[in-house]
Amino acid sequence: MIVATQTATKGANVELLLVQALSGLASAASLFLVASGLSIIFGVTRIVNFAHGAFYMLGAYMAYTLTSRFAGPLGFWGGLVVASLIVAALGALMEMVLLRRIYQAPELFQLLATFGVTLMVQDLVVLIWGPDDLMGPRAPGFTGAFELFGRRIPSYDALLIVLGPLVLGLLWLLFHRTRWGVLVRAATQDRDMVACLGVNQKWLFTSVFALGVFLAALGGALQIPRTTVTHAMDLSIIVEVFVVVVIGGLGSVTGAFFAAVLVSELNALGILVLPKISLIAVFLVMAVVLVVRPFGLLGKPERAPRAAAGLSFRPWKPMTQIERIGVALIVAMAALLPLFAGDYTLSVGSEILVFVLFASSLHFMMTVGGLASFGHAAYFGLGAYGAAFAVKFLGAPMGVALLIGPLFGMLGAIVSGWFCVRLTGVYFAMLTLAFAQIIWSVTFQWVEVTGGDNGLLGIWPARWASSPQGFFWLTLGIAVVGVALLRMLVFSPFGFGLRAARDSTLRADAIGINRKSVQWAAFVVSGTFAGLAGALFAFLKGSVFPDSLAIPISVDGLVMVLLGGIETVSGAVVGAIVYKALAIWLMSQTDLSKLILGAIIVLLVVASPKGIVGFIEHIRHRRPRTPTGADVPDSLGINMKAAE
Amino acid sequence: MKLEVAGLNSFYGRAHILFDVALEVGKGEVVALLGRNGAGKSTTFRSVVGLVSGRSGQVKFEGEDISRLPSYEIVRRGLGYVPEDRRIFTDLTVEENFEVGRQKPREGVAAWSQDRIYTLFPNLGEMRKRLGGEMSGGEQQMLSIGRTLMGNPSLVLLDEPSEGLAPKIVEQMADAILAMKREGLSIVISEQNLHFAKLICDRAYIIEKGRMRFSGTIAELEAHPEVRDAYLAV
Ligand SMILES: Nc1ncnc2c1ncn2[C@@H]1O[C@H](COP(=O)(O)OP(=O)(O)OP(=O)(O)O)[C@@H](O)[C@H]1O
Ligand SMILES: [Mg+2]
Repeated sequence: MIVATQTATKGANVELLLVQALSGLASAASLFLVASGLSIIFGVTRIVNFAHGAFYMLGAYMAYTLTSRFAGPLGFWGGLVVASLIVAALGALMEMVLLRRIYQAPELFQLLATFGVTLMVQDLVVLIWGPDDLMGPRAPGFTGAFELFGRRIPSYDALLIVLGPLVLGLLWLLFHRTRWGVLVRAATQDRDMVACLGVNQKWLFTSVFALGVFLAALGGALQIPRTTVTHAMDLSIIVEVFVVVVIGGLGSVTGAFFAAVLVSELNALGILVLPKISLIAVFLVMAVVLVVRPFGLLGKPERAPRAAAGLSFRPWKPMTQIERIGVALIVAMAALLPLFAGDYTLSVGSEILVFVLFASSLHFMMTVGGLASFGHAAYFGLGAYGAAFAVKFLGAPMGVALLIGPLFGMLGAIVSGWFCVRLTGVYFAMLTLAFAQIIWSVTFQWVEVTGGDNGLLGIWPARWASSPQGFFWLTLGIAVVGVALLRMLVFSPFGFGLRAARDSTLRADAIGINRKSVQWAAFVVSGTFAGLAGALFAFLKGSVFPDSLAIPISVDGLVMVLLGGIETVSGAVVGAIVYKALAIWLMSQTDLSKLILGAIIVLLVVASPKGIVGFIEHIRHRRPRTPTGADVPDSLGINMKAAE
Repeated sequence: MKLEVAGLNSFYGRAHILFDVALEVGKGEVVALLGRNGAGKSTTFRSVVGLVSGRSGQVKFEGEDISRLPSYEIVRRGLGYVPEDRRIFTDLTVEENFEVGRQKPREGVAAWSQDRIYTLFPNLGEMRKRLGGEMSGGEQQMLSIGRTLMGNPSLVLLDEPSEGLAPKIVEQMADAILAMKREGLSIVISEQNLHFAKLICDRAYIIEKGRMRFSGTIAELEAHPEVRDAYLAV
């Protein structure tokens, strides 16, 4: 329609559209390579490899090094391939050392572990290649451009446009014409049966992983003539890739191809229509696809949906009298802290308390609702911006701003929650992440309102709370009330309904609980409390930046929950205190905090998936194992009667 | 002895399913493992091929202990397994399904090829390019058996091969199994009743609630209708 009216009025616009479309196709090539790699890996191993972006980035860096060292066409093209092979070998190593230990773990743990690797790679890349952006060489033979409608199109783009379908065709041949490919397709459908036919799954998995990583690395390596190599390319690509596989359907290579083209075209053409918020177009398409086909255009429903988070849930009980007194004592002791602690300690304490509330809100939705969000920072950040807007644009006092912040969090959760609860498991996790990134990029790009990268400054608390002591008491009060409210919700009929919905959709349906609406409600509750934490955070820092809704905050929340223990009611409180204190301390001690945190996350997932509180509870509740098989061997005679 | 199982105990989580199960299969023998719904037949098979993690006891195949080996190693030694729900790869063609099952020829065992399997199951020969998901139940059962034969096993565990099949197909299936026996294959078949087993088997075991209740020849079993009535479906 739009195109039609434009042809009638301005012919030149059609040409611009065409040229943009071609550039979109060129961008689709790398996106397709990375997404197909992710999809292939997921198909067989059922792991969503968050580190895929890291491998993409490593591919680019490695290719940069090799192609700058070895000149000429052979040096360049050989460099790209060798770089991708080296990265693929690294991927295989990671599969053997790390993933083999966690194939049976819940998907949240797998996402977290691979995210931990991503964090480590970010620091390692800076260590090895330095912090500056790098410019790779141009592709020999493809440095020029050709003319189309009077506009210049780089010939390298033309190469990429051809390359996408070519790789798709090669992958098709690989999967349909080789024994390895047939085994992979069989394993994608039923990996246990493949083992029952004498195939060693271990090596199949490792080789599939290596191929997937190779594709990611090649996708990155192919970018060096087009863009600079930076150490932020990993997160930007992974979000786009998640969007692509959610649209195309996880596990489908062809789906990845079409979705990559679709997303790249929407990006390229969206810029013409909505220059500031081109991501909205992608987002709308994704929303429509998910509503119509929850498993993507060419995806298939998961055969057996896995447990979302916990391993085995110990029945939860409200606190006993003694435990309540204990908690009251700890809170009272915390309240006395401002009487003797210094300003720095108090502001660190306030920050920890903010994250106690944030982690508890995430924990509520994860354990009670069984929803592992990878984008919880969105509601935290919305809360922070909500409070900042209230102060900046309405001149609202702190009390009002602390109400408007959570309102923002709530509204954001209402909208994105509506979409997200339609999905489960990894799809849910990826969609929450994609939402958070979209909100992040809107705040980043919408400079007039949000100040963009410069943020909003001057968000100061009311006079009575402006001293570190006063603010600490304020945060303590709000955090304690917030955590208590969340806990009460867990033991309310609503919490019960949520747990029923989490444990079994069928059972929940049978007792008249609509899974989606209950989970949506949990999502909104959780987003509101996260928003409250975010609003406090804005006043604590006196400013808001887009960082407050970026991926690291989401992951911090997840790690806190994990550290505290997923299966507990309030483990997140302990997890948040330990993790935040550790993180703040690490930041002051070393430049390699990401490397260390990443390593901690990986170790945590592998060594202690039950977390600190889960571990303590396990010891407290340890009981002698009841002897199994109480049946007394019955004689034939008795049994015959019983059978009748 | 081809296969010797002794003192086998299996668990699903905390649920104790098999109690000291014992079973022996000689070379070239066709043995039935009979029992009602939920008696533990499939669990026995799954335990033998290493698919049940909670398990103790002895499983010897060709004199070697295989109880600690992973499934793929067990299968590679020549112990084939055809699961009860057939588990064919529905997105793969007939030929591709066979390809997944293909293993190197084994010494002293008849080597199978796709062509030989098409002689065993002529129906399949007419649908080599068809997807597994587009086949009837009987054809899927044949495909599943043929796929396991492609691994050149010397012993096959067949879990309820006649389940849900039309009488005519059941006859075909019996003929095919007898043909496999003539190749020197040892075969264990699980069934809920005697009808199919007595067409092809030499000996039978009866399992009930995870315990072995009877072991003897088919003739002995037929001579004791009270045993059959107590433990088997009619
Ligand atoms: N995955 C499982 N988890 C827990 N219990 C199981 C599982 N699979 C089977 N069981 C139980 O183990 C027992 C034996 O089951 P099994 O499948 O071995 O029986 P079967 O003899 O093969 O029955 P059928 O003729 O119906 O196939 C049954 O009581 C069943 O409920
Ligand atoms: Mg069975």
